Amino acid sequence: MILVFSVFLLSLLVITALAVVRTENLFVAVMLLSIFSLLMAANFFVLDAADVALTEAAVGAGITTVIFLGALALTADQERYGRQASRVGLLVVSVLAVLIIYSTFDKPRLGDPDAPVHQHLAPWYLENTPVYMDFPNVVTAVLASFRGYDTLGEVFVVFAACIGVLFILGVAPGGKVLERDDQDSGLKHHLIPQVVGQLLIPFIVLFGLYVQFHGEYGPGGGFQAGALIATGVILYALLQGETAALKAIPRPVLMGLVIGGALLYGSVGVACMLMGGSFLEYSVLHSNPIKGQQYGIILIEAGVGMAVCGALLSIFHAFAARPIRL
Amino acid sequence: MNLLELLGYFNYWVFAIVLCIGLYTVIAKVNLIKKLIGLSIFQSAVFLMYITMDKVEGGTAPIIQKGVEDQIFSNPLPQVLILTAIVVGVSTLALGLAITVRIKESYGTIEEDEILDAD
Repeated sequence: MILVFSVFLLSLLVITALAVVRTENLFVAVMLLSIFSLLMAANFFVLDAADVALTEAAVGAGITTVIFLGALALTADQERYGRQASRVGLLVVSVLAVLIIYSTFDKPRLGDPDAPVHQHLAPWYLENTPVYMDFPNVVTAVLASFRGYDTLGEVFVVFAACIGVLFILGVAPGGKVLERDDQDSGLKHHLIPQVVGQLLIPFIVLFGLYVQFHGEYGPGGGFQAGALIATGVILYALLQGETAALKAIPRPVLMGLVIGGALLYGSVGVACMLMGGSFLEYSVLHSNPIKGQQYGIILIEAGVGMAVCGALLSIFHAFAARPIRL
Repeated sequence: MNLLELLGYFNYWVFAIVLCIGLYTVIAKVNLIKKLIGLSIFQSAVFLMYITMDKVEGGTAPIIQKGVEDQIFSNPLPQVLILTAIVVGVSTLALGLAITVRIKESYGTIEEDEILDAD
C-alpha cells in the first residue's frame, strides 16, 4: 500500500516538474515549484525522513516561494522565448537520463538493509546517541554534536549569503524609481486573508518555538524553527504591509539575530576549549558529561534558530523594500 | 526480475528524470529566473536521491523510543546532510535572485541573449 502511494507521489513530482519547465508565465512556474516542494516533502516523509520533510515544507514550499515572488515583482513575470526547445539540450539530457537509469540497476534497491550505506557509521550513531546524549532524536544528535563542525559551517554559509544579499540589494537602483506606496501594500483591504491570517500567525510562531525547544525529542531543531518563525513574520508582513512588520522586528534586531546566532554557536565551541575540552566538545560544559552534551546542544540549536530566522527575514525585507526601477 | 523488485528502483528513476528536467532548464532556457528555478529542481532531485538511500525496509524515523525493543531505524546520516543543505540552498538561491534583480536594473532585461547583445 505504501509503495503504491509512494509511486503516485513520485509520478506527481515528475508531472509538476515538467509543468514548471513548460509554462512561460514565471508566476505560474513559481507557484508550481511550491507544489513541487510540498510533494517532495511528502515523499521525504514516506521515506522516514521526518526532520527533512519538516524543513522542506517550511523552507521549500514557504520561504522560497515568497523570495521568488519578491524577485519577480522587481524583474518580469513573463518569459520571452519559453516555447523554443533546444534540440541539443534535449539530446544531451535524454542521453544522460538513460545513462543514470541504466546505472541505477547496480544500486541496492529501496529499503535494502544490507546496502553499504547502512553498514559503516549509522549503526554507531544509533547505538551511541542514548549513551552520550540520552535523548531520542538521533538526527538532532548527529547534526548538533557528532557533526557539529559541519553544521557550524552551514550556519556561516547562511550568514554569508545573507550578508551578500544585503550588499547586492543595499545599493540604490539609480534612475527613476517607483516608490512603493505603503497604503496599498499588504492585503489590508482583503477581509478573508486578514481574518484567517491573523488567527494563524500566533500558532505558526508558537509551533516554531515548540519545534525549536522540542528538537531533541521529536522532529525539529534550529533550522526548522528558524524557517517556521520567519514564515509567521512574513505572513504578518504580507497582511499588514512591510512597514508594520519592520516596526514589529526592526532591521537592527534582525542583524543582531543573524550575527548573534552565528557568534553564539562559535562561542559555545570556544567555551568548550576554555573548559579543557576540544572545540565543540560539549561534554566538558557540566560535571555530568550527558548533561553537558544536552546543554551544548540546546545552546547551539538556539544559535542556529536565531541565525536562520534572522537571515531569512533579512533576505525577505531586502527584496520587499527595494524600489522598482522604471 | 519481478515487478516488485523493479519498483524498488522507481525512486532512482524519478531522481534521474527530475535531475535531467532541472538540467535541461538550466542549459536550454534563456530567462535567468527560469534558470534558477531549474537549478532548484536539480537540487531537489539530489536531495531525493540521498533520502532514498536512507530508507530501511520496515524502518521508522530515527527517533529512539525508550521501552520499545527491536525497532529498526532508517539511516540518520543522509537526513542530517540534506536538512542543512535545504536551508543553505535557499540562502544561495536568494543570492542568485539578488544578482538577477541587479542585472534587470542595469540591462532592463533578464533574457540571456539580450544581455549578451547589450554588452
